Amino acid sequence: MVASASRRRAWRCTRFPAALAALCMVLLLAALGAGAALAGERPVRIGSKNFNESYLLAEMAAQLLEESGIAVERRFGLGGTLICYQALTAGEIDLYIEYTGTLSQAILDLPLDADLSALRAAVAPDGLRLLEPLGFNNTYALVVRRRQAQALQLAAIGDLAAHPELNIVVSHEFLQRDDGWPGLARLYGLPAQVSGIEHGLAYQALQDGAIDVTDAYSTDGEVKRYDLAVLADDRGYFPSYLAVPVVRADLPVAALEPLALLGGRFDDASMQALNAQVVFEQRSFAEVANAFLVDQGLVGARDLAGAEWQALRDNTLQHLKLTGVALLAAVLVGVGLSLLVFRRPGLSRSLLYASGLLQTIPSIALLALMIPLFGIGVTPAIVALFLYSLLPILRNTVTALTNLDPTLLRVAVAMGMSDAQQLRWVYLPLSLPSMLAGIRTAAVISIGTATLAAFIGAGGLGDPIVTGLALNDVGLILQGAVPAAVLAVLTELVFELVERLLLPGHLRAAGS
Amino acid sequence: MSAPPQHCVEFRRVSKAFGGPPVLDDVSLQLPAGLTTAVVGESGSGKTTLLQLVNAVLRPDSGDVLVNGEPIPTGDLVAFRRRIGYAVQGAGLFPHLRNCENVELLARLDGWPLAERRARCLALLEQMGLDPEIAERYPFSLSGGQQQRLGLCRALMLKPDLLLLDEPFSAVDPITRAGLYETFRRVQNRDGVSTLLVTHDMREAVRLAEHLVILRNGAVLQSAATGEVLDRPADPYVQTLVKEQL
Repeated sequence: MVASASRRRAWRCTRFPAALAALCMVLLLAALGAGAALAGERPVRIGSKNFNESYLLAEMAAQLLEESGIAVERRFGLGGTLICYQALTAGEIDLYIEYTGTLSQAILDLPLDADLSALRAAVAPDGLRLLEPLGFNNTYALVVRRRQAQALQLAAIGDLAAHPELNIVVSHEFLQRDDGWPGLARLYGLPAQVSGIEHGLAYQALQDGAIDVTDAYSTDGEVKRYDLAVLADDRGYFPSYLAVPVVRADLPVAALEPLALLGGRFDDASMQALNAQVVFEQRSFAEVANAFLVDQGLVGARDLAGAEWQALRDNTLQHLKLTGVALLAAVLVGVGLSLLVFRRPGLSRSLLYASGLLQTIPSIALLALMIPLFGIGVTPAIVALFLYSLLPILRNTVTALTNLDPTLLRVAVAMGMSDAQQLRWVYLPLSLPSMLAGIRTAAVISIGTATLAAFIGAGGLGDPIVTGLALNDVGLILQGAVPAAVLAVLTELVFELVERLLLPGHLRAAGS
Repeated sequence: MSAPPQHCVEFRRVSKAFGGPPVLDDVSLQLPAGLTTAVVGESGSGKTTLLQLVNAVLRPDSGDVLVNGEPIPTGDLVAFRRRIGYAVQGAGLFPHLRNCENVELLARLDGWPLAERRARCLALLEQMGLDPEIAERYPFSLSGGQQQRLGLCRALMLKPDLLLLDEPFSAVDPITRAGLYETFRRVQNRDGVSTLLVTHDMREAVRLAEHLVILRNGAVLQSAATGEVLDRPADPYVQTLVKEQL
């Protein structure tokens, strides 16, 4: 009886520091992982916007580089034009595929008819270069059913003027844009008044015959899928949106050669077909890109069987890295701050109030707010997650520290314990249950919130979710959402275990 | 300084206030070494303040407190306080530490080897009439009386020169209390540690202490050997107390 009691005791004596060390170790490894990734040979980082065509072209660029033995990091699905361009100038990515019209209008503020040499001159001061355009023009277009186009002999936009009976319905955005319907109607003598429709519904309405003409992007996969005819813009109303790789001027020459292979390799129809393969045949970007490049004789065929598992593993590790580093920092700062302020009620209240305010900022907005400060990628995501994790840890720790039994604290002083000993033997262990509960809450919140980090190019399990949202592909969304949920559950279990190891039974509060 | 000191605690014209009327007003006292002194007073009499001035949890506004003939050091109080055992009402045991860890904590901080401190702890448990089986349990599993006994073990762990007891017997039922008195007296008779006991209970004071200090409204009414207080109360209030305990 006595022997077994002392064995139990001995085990507890060793397991307290051991469990604590294990917890720190896990967090530290995550941090080291982040550090190692930064320190090693830098791969070429390829960005993409978060729509189908941008993903597909970026994946082709990636495969071409990999075929030449160049390491690549895919930072796909960045949330918008400005984020991509900013990431490029800030050196967060090395290249992405942009459109000439977008460059001149949205980014460089040049006239719409600026030609390629003007664009090249304009991006040079930003330390960027434009490679050869890929050959297709993804601009606005008006589309009609092919059968009707043949029957009415519609080939160009001007031909519509002779057929006022056609029901023209365009997207709301197109209806209102300066370079949209009003100018188009004036130039080609079309009826000024048409009605608007949600773009996502337009293709179906067109196929059903509910409408006859609508606006589209000229390389949309739907154009091929629904067998639509694109009416020629023979008077050159729409600006050119030629796809062109934008790269950093410091990109090594070895990387430029494989990228140059993409120049002039596409036309509108082939791009439509490639887009359609992803959207309607539910094939992965990697698969479609590889099939095309093999067909063109540019790369060898890839066995993509294990690719999804590889992606799952990479995304999960990245996700753990983001949340782990942020959580470790939040624990250190949160507990440290708590210890500094808990004896001053006014200061504690202000601090809790401030961190509570941070928590009220919607996560996606907080991530966006980080961009001007930290650019895109891992750093702003970790900072945002860190700020998010701070409140639960801070609140629980301060509350616990300020509500300790005053008799115990008086005894600790009167017994002759130094300040450090009081901290180690009284304050911290007595606050530990509440502190752990706060860390646990922060960890689970972080794992959920980190899925949004993909919008600013930090990767993780948000990657497939963002891509899936762009493609309306539920399967892909689940590839991110399910592992994230599993991670959250596992985290709960790990903390349950840590609490079991660190806390004697009677101190394990059922609710916290 | 005369050595060895005759007085375990000496107050020289000590006053203490907390922003209002003085809680202790010009108190001078000499408490005999090697004996148990009970400071008796109702709540608000200043008796707990007096106790906390001895282990420097509080500092006097004016006057001097001497412990074992020496003034209280101004710098490092940790070593000073470790020479003074301390037990309080409700025991004040740390709930996250096992019973033996509670008792051994200071010895552990002082770097005692495990075997040595464990042996001392088990000896104390036995002296205080506690089953060694409880060593591995946590305080929450003990009765109120057992917790108080354990609190006394903790206070005695480092073999202190002086023991401060802040109403340690008040929160337990009368039968348990009788057992505690018995144990305490037995330990005191054997070891003779100078002890300062604060209590509102004259009966308890008379039973446990050789010397009494009667405190009222921050002033000492009488400080004398227990027999003398009983025979010659110096004040009508003291007389009332003496009568009540009979």
